[in-house]
Amino acid sequence: MADTDTILEIRGLTKTFSGFVAVDGVDLRVRRGTIHALIGPNGAGKTTCFNLLTRFLAPTHGTITFNGRDITRMHPAAIARLGLVRSFQISATFPHMTVLENVRVALQRKTGISMHFWKSGRVLDQLNGRALELLEAVDLGAFAGALTVELPYGRKRALEIATTLALDPEMMLLDEPTQGMGHEDVGRVVDLIRKVAVNRTVLMVEHNMNVVADLSDTITVLARGAVLAEGPYAEVSRNAQVLEAYVGSEQVGKVQEAAA
Amino acid sequence: MNTGHMRWGFIVLIGFGLLAPVAGIYPTFLMKCWCFALFACAFNLLLGYTGLLSFGHAAFLSVAAYVTGHAIRSWGFGPEWGILAGTLSAGALGYVFGSLAIRRAGIYFAMITLALAQMLYFVWLQMKFTGGEDGLQGVPRGALFGVIDLSNNTNLYYLVFVIFLAGFSLIHRVIHSPFGQVLQAIRENEPRAISLGYDVDRYKLVVFVLSAALSGLAGATKTLVFQLASLTDAHWHMSGEVVLMTLLGGLGTVFGPVVGAFVIIGLQNQLADKVGSWVQVIMGLIFVICVLIFRRGIVGELGRLLKRPL
Ligand SMILES: Nc1ncnc2c1ncn2[C@@H]1O[C@H](COP(=O)(O)OP(=O)(O)OP(=O)(O)O)[C@@H](O)[C@H]1O
Ligand SMILES: [Mg+2]
Repeated sequence: MADTDTILEIRGLTKTFSGFVAVDGVDLRVRRGTIHALIGPNGAGKTTCFNLLTRFLAPTHGTITFNGRDITRMHPAAIARLGLVRSFQISATFPHMTVLENVRVALQRKTGISMHFWKSGRVLDQLNGRALELLEAVDLGAFAGALTVELPYGRKRALEIATTLALDPEMMLLDEPTQGMGHEDVGRVVDLIRKVAVNRTVLMVEHNMNVVADLSDTITVLARGAVLAEGPYAEVSRNAQVLEAYVGSEQVGKVQEAAA
Repeated sequence: MNTGHMRWGFIVLIGFGLLAPVAGIYPTFLMKCWCFALFACAFNLLLGYTGLLSFGHAAFLSVAAYVTGHAIRSWGFGPEWGILAGTLSAGALGYVFGSLAIRRAGIYFAMITLALAQMLYFVWLQMKFTGGEDGLQGVPRGALFGVIDLSNNTNLYYLVFVIFLAGFSLIHRVIHSPFGQVLQAIRENEPRAISLGYDVDRYKLVVFVLSAALSGLAGATKTLVFQLASLTDAHWHMSGEVVLMTLLGGLGTVFGPVVGAFVIIGLQNQLADKVGSWVQVIMGLIFVICVLIFRRGIVGELGRLLKRPL
């Protein structure tokens, strides 16, 4: 029964907010080592799905299995420690820590000294080398000593990815990694995702259809909380129902344009 | 971050502590200040460095005050063991209160700590050994390690100052430890800290217990100074006063709570004879001014002028 090809399996996932069904019986299977995109119009329930997967919200119904293990009722921090790590739609950094410290606090967890309140912070300096490597990988090496609040938005998102990578997660959940970025930053993040996805699985929410077309192996389309279509980009982008779901939203042009 | 200006801050603090009684400042007043400075620093560890607002910290001050007083007076503990017993009991109480309160965030957390502390106030009021309204009086100061006579005010002063410094240094260490980094991460972005795999509730509980125990150390020491533990220590006014000291001095600054404690205790001392209960009104005014104009507090504003964290 244990299917080693599937890393994440969701069955009948449902979430209601005082009567309003935000996620409605979603079934989803993510294959190991792929980049899987979750798309859909605003309010489709994509972020809610992420919140359910990482237990930031408790599902109303349904089960979630990660690496053959039922994680539906696990604590969010425990899920992260299993190797399923999320990012947030709105950039999530530690603003008054330096850029280096942001990455280091993620590296620190596996050292097992995080409860050691009697130790000097200098013991963390041994992690600086690795932290710097991770920053270099996202072109942030030059900003290591800067305070994170002072970074431009695109750089903050890159820092978030570096921080997530510090945990070396088996699977990453990225919620709109290119949102609010300029053209150049988008290119950089796309390259980065492709690079880090070489030996891990990525599930990504993304509105930019060029990015989706460019990166993803499989696409799941969500509308009004339910799965509308699933398949490779070429197939999904020609699906009449999908195009209809996007009518009235500004994405419709982009879907067709990228499909052309 | 043991940078130069921090070191200077320490030197000034130690120099002041050593010389103040020699310079003729009334030692009992100074000892009271150091006790409250430690209390405020312990509180700041929680609010300033972890972002948890407890509105029931008087509970920890008072439990240690009563336990220390009772252990010394009725069980014949030496002062060092009495203080240890008080500190540990405050830590234990911190564990209980913390476990109950930490599951809630923000205003609910504050309200639960306040409610628990109020319950404790009534327990103290009812119990026999606390002496009710009269307080637990006549605690002998004894001799430290059976050798150093603490009925001598100078000896006691330097003991109190050393206790303050030990607590202050521990807090400074905690803030800059690996644990302190996680606390800062929790304060800055709790969901992100969780998503990195940190069980934030465990970290909050540990820092809560530390803060409670250090508040207890302050309360235990105060009992020795005044030879008295009373309901004043347990009243919600006390929980409010420590918030005021911390905000006035500078939330999340290393030296702020010390400055805040000296200013508040100093004002109370100066004004009590002259204006009577109007002192409460003046405290209220200071609070309002502080929140409206000097958001960073005295040390926080100074640090901003010097462009350095103090
Ligand atoms: N905590 C909540 N309480 C009530 N309703 C919520 C809550 N979180 C989300 N919703 C609702 O659930 C629906 C799905 O929201 P969600 O944020 O998952 O959408 P999304 O697909 O991520 O949209 P976007 O593309 O705008 O980010 C929306 O109608 C939203 O208003
Ligand atoms: Mg969303």
